[in-house]
Amino acid sequence: MIELHDVGVTYADAARPVLTGVALTIPEGELALVVGRTGSGKSTLLRTINGLVPHFSGGTLHGRVLVDGRDTRTHRPRDLADIVGYVGQDPLAGFVTDTVEDELAYGMESLGLSTDVMRKRVEETLDLLGLAEVRSRPVVGLSGGQQQRVAIGSVLTTHPRVLVLDEPTSALDPVAAEDVLATLQRLVHDLGLTVVLAEHRLERVVQYADRVVLLPGEGRPVRHGLPGDVLADSPVAPPVVELGRVAGWSPLPLSVRDARRVAGPLRERLAGAPAPERRTTGGRTVASCSGLVVSYGRTPALRGVTTRLSAGEVVALMGRNGAGKSTLLKALVGMKRPTSGRVEVDGLAPAGLRPAELTRHVGMVPQVASDLLYASSVGRECVQADRDARVEPGTTLDLFGRLSPGVTLDHHPRDLSEGQRLTLALSVVLAARPPLLLLDEPTRGLDYAAKHRLVEILRDLAEAGHAVLLATHDVELVAEVADRVLVIADGDLVADGPTAEVVVSSPAFAPQIAKVLAPQQWLTPTEVAVALTSTEQVAP
Amino acid sequence: MRPEHLPTFPRSLHPGAWWLWAIGLAAAASRTQNPVPLLMIVAVTGFVVAARRGDAPWARSYVAFLKLSLVVIAMRILFQSLLSTGAQGPTVLFTLPSLPLPEDSGLKLGGVVSLEAVLRAFYEGLQLATILCCFGAANALGSARRLLRSVPSALYEIGVACVIALTFAPQLVGDAARIRAAHRLRGQSGGAGSLKRLAMPVLEGALERSVDLAAAMDARGYGRATDEGRVARRTTAVLVFGGLLGVCVGIYGLLDATASTWLGTPTLLMGLALAAVGLHLGGRRSGRTTYRPDPWALPEWLVAGSGVLAAVAVCVDVALHPASFFLASVTDLPPVPPLATVGILVGLLPAVLAPPLPVAGAPAGAPDAPDRVEVPA
Repeated sequence: MIELHDVGVTYADAARPVLTGVALTIPEGELALVVGRTGSGKSTLLRTINGLVPHFSGGTLHGRVLVDGRDTRTHRPRDLADIVGYVGQDPLAGFVTDTVEDELAYGMESLGLSTDVMRKRVEETLDLLGLAEVRSRPVVGLSGGQQQRVAIGSVLTTHPRVLVLDEPTSALDPVAAEDVLATLQRLVHDLGLTVVLAEHRLERVVQYADRVVLLPGEGRPVRHGLPGDVLADSPVAPPVVELGRVAGWSPLPLSVRDARRVAGPLRERLAGAPAPERRTTGGRTVASCSGLVVSYGRTPALRGVTTRLSAGEVVALMGRNGAGKSTLLKALVGMKRPTSGRVEVDGLAPAGLRPAELTRHVGMVPQVASDLLYASSVGRECVQADRDARVEPGTTLDLFGRLSPGVTLDHHPRDLSEGQRLTLALSVVLAARPPLLLLDEPTRGLDYAAKHRLVEILRDLAEAGHAVLLATHDVELVAEVADRVLVIADGDLVADGPTAEVVVSSPAFAPQIAKVLAPQQWLTPTEVAVALTSTEQVAP
Repeated sequence: MRPEHLPTFPRSLHPGAWWLWAIGLAAAASRTQNPVPLLMIVAVTGFVVAARRGDAPWARSYVAFLKLSLVVIAMRILFQSLLSTGAQGPTVLFTLPSLPLPEDSGLKLGGVVSLEAVLRAFYEGLQLATILCCFGAANALGSARRLLRSVPSALYEIGVACVIALTFAPQLVGDAARIRAAHRLRGQSGGAGSLKRLAMPVLEGALERSVDLAAAMDARGYGRATDEGRVARRTTAVLVFGGLLGVCVGIYGLLDATASTWLGTPTLLMGLALAAVGLHLGGRRSGRTTYRPDPWALPEWLVAGSGVLAAVAVCVDVALHPASFFLASVTDLPPVPPLATVGILVGLLPAVLAPPLPVAGAPAGAPDAPDRVEVPA
């Protein structure tokens, strides 16, 4: 269905090609997963399939890309619209019309299909994707999962043979992500669609993939094959594969189900192992809220939340999209005034503080980290941050150098990788040394390596006495870094306790390792590895 | 008879009909400064909006326009009192402290404020406010976006550009608010330079989104079926724009009483003909189709017709009795022109003639709610 013959891509003004010598054939009806680190060319590879590279992006394409026999050199993206459906990273950015039904019909209108055909296909697609109840609603008002399904539906109505998706679940909570992936699975199985998708969170998708394409980056050749074979020594791997490597299983398990079936002996070995050492917290109270109610108009977003954050702990805030996570962060940073109840940071009400004073008590990295940045180079950004925070010149640069070594200072912040941009924003916020640090969805777009780096950084900050609160959907990150988990649902705090106790029993928030080894409370492959070495030392 | 022709069959009316109705009322308002017909027009728009608006976000725009009209009237009166040149009537209301200005500037600040000046300012402001209310009603009843869906396919590209602009404006506002909040996190409380810091990220974000949208549209087949010769494309463009220019000049000629007669109706008709030919040619080449086009049936004709009728009635009445529309003495009680009154009241009929909106989310098979009894006004 898709053939890439010795494909290479070089963008205009780039010193090195993004892709070289990619030879790949994806047969009809397969779900192919493209993995690799940030900047390894995943998006570029996806965009060559429907001709956006090079027709839209510019640059030079070497080799040939054939989709259903059509050569992308002679076919523009619009000429491939009836065989390739392409869904970009941000579904909202790709919506042309404003209601669900119109959005589904847009592609067909462009192709000039007859009114009867359009009507029938829209109805079929609404049913296929479970969107019938929201058919006449504006797309901006839908939940993230619904938006992503509308985006998929809007390219499905033209009956393409190939569906290309760029990180379809990166912005979704675990349940909404399951929902979208189940839909994709159904399309592959029932309609025989060929699906190519890129995704950082392998743990979510790898079990559905028939084939994995690994882009190692840095000019090394592309590898592809069965998921088990490729992931055996891949630098990026989901926790369940890492567990397989630790336990020495062969073939490697790809899903929780596979692992659970072979995990019996491992559970027995671990039963005698000492429980992993987890930090208990009990430092000075940095922030607290009691009976906190925050409303938008007549809609309460938080209905009486009571909790406290202590120095030296990393707390994860979890919950559905729209459950009130961001509102709690906003209340803590004074962007939202409490309707009733009390919120205090360092014994002060954050909403009453002037911005310059506020930054000494609480710092927040917003969801879009680059919102914090506005200078034209990394160096100037750091100088400006020193001035904003009124600290010794060089403080921010020093911090940034420690968090993200080896970045050239004259880079524009937008040219940094996702992870580097996050650490730059983090350094800017930390320059004022706030005892409370808030992060809103920090792992969006981060690859495994960048995530590991973030975990180390957050651990160090906690050691240094900061209280860290991060709102996230990423259950694996929570397992790695959080001491305590708050679960918020519909504005209420429904769980507040040590990570292991809260997540292990939860179907949505349990990390893969916990699911494999339940009822034992193991959270990460590292914990298991440490426990195994200690039992080996004891056993003989 | 197709169900669309029934005024009782629940569906949303073609937005074009609402706009024609509103333009008719606005045209009527533009012909008079008599407060009686003006206030009647405001009441008519308000009543119809209350009767037939949906629950979509844009349906709330009428109130916004109403507030804007009040501001317009208030500003008009304020400036008249502060800056009027000389007293305009014998009835002095009060005297403000005045600021001496050079004689030859022709301006004065403060001084005597007369009842006549204030009333005239009120009537003039009311005229503009009424026209604003008409557009508010059009916006609330027929979404501008849905209207753009029914533009002729030759103007499709322009329609898409307008839709995207309509989407981007609120997104820019949202972005700006988000980035301002983020800058507060860096300890900045605004002041000099904050605009520049705000502008760069907002513009960068807008540019990125435009590129994303363009890629998505390209990937979904935008512009795929409209490949044809340059000559044909240019002919269409010249015809359409020449025609539209003719229409504009014609309308100007019609509305401006001092323009010569050939500038009015003949230019308008010629422009319309040219534009129609251009749109027809352009429509034939475009390979696009429209999903569920809004039907234009009997209720649309009735609603649009009632607006046109109101405009015609007022225009005819103005030609017959100009004195009752442009008041010689503003302090007298304004007269009630009978023909115009009847015409404007016809504009009230869409509250009944337009089909009711379907109730969203009503479960299928649920017992029907008793039909609302329509009581004619």
